[in-house]
Amino acid sequence: MHSPLHQFEIEKIFNFSIAGFDLPFTNSALYMLLSVLAVALLVFSSGRSIEKPGVIQVFAEKIFGFIQSLVKENIGQTGQKYIPLVFSLFTFILFGNLFGMIPYAYTFTSQIILTFALALVVFVLITLIGFIKHGFHFFSYFLPPGAPLFMAPLLIVIEIISFLSRPISLSIRLFANMMAGHTMLKVFSMFTISLGVFGFSTIIATSVLIGFEFMIAFLQAYVFSVLTCLYLRDVIELH
Amino acid sequence: MDIGAAKMIGAGLAVVALLGVGIGIGNIFATLISAIARNPEAKKDVFGVAMLGFALTEAVALFALLISFLILFN
Repeated sequence: MHSPLHQFEIEKIFNFSIAGFDLPFTNSALYMLLSVLAVALLVFSSGRSIEKPGVIQVFAEKIFGFIQSLVKENIGQTGQKYIPLVFSLFTFILFGNLFGMIPYAYTFTSQIILTFALALVVFVLITLIGFIKHGFHFFSYFLPPGAPLFMAPLLIVIEIISFLSRPISLSIRLFANMMAGHTMLKVFSMFTISLGVFGFSTIIATSVLIGFEFMIAFLQAYVFSVLTCLYLRDVIELH
Repeated sequence: MDIGAAKMIGAGLAVVALLGVGIGIGNIFATLISAIARNPEAKKDVFGVAMLGFALTEAVALFALLISFLILFN
């Protein structure tokens, strides 16, 4: 029997090398490609026809409206230009999580390097936006207004640490949720053997957990995009 | 001590963090219910914030669970 962590193993589908560098096409890359294609399908099918919108078009426009209201609530009117960023982050993570729920499929969001790369993009972006918008005045972000000056050495250190830990907490949250969720499903289905005659009862527990996992798949994509919006507002408004 | 037994004990100790998470999630939903009971009109706005808080708290539980899985199955 495979261990519950076996599902996260990366396998090569075919080998590919350019100038001595190995660039194998893995199962993780395959599902990333699928999810990008799904996002592209959504984007190209929206705004097609007004009289008779198809199923995919309605779905795409629902997601777009959802992201639009999310950005409006969390960043404000000035945040309209960040809608494409939040939309692509949300849909990429959502499709990654949902494709992972297909039996025998690979969940690429359970790889920490992928979630960390996504979080690092957000982190570098918010730092750059802060510097472009406010110049060197951006450093005042690290001292909350109204704080007594003698507390400054302590507060600045705490604020810098909390600013730098953002990509780490953002990436580990998504990765740990997906990995723990999928491992939990496998562990619960392993109880079927150890329970013997009562093994059939695990089907109820596993069904409930799968429903819960679908909720988590959506909720984690939502949390990632909400936190991106909140971080963006922090650097745009500075306090 | 046998290394296998120590692993089992460690995995058990790792999920003690669920104590705090249970209190936290209970708090979130208790406050959500009382907020909706006081002002049913606010349900739409409060529910989204509650779900966000639930996801952030639940993530802590999953960190602990992940550590215990890593101890058990590695």
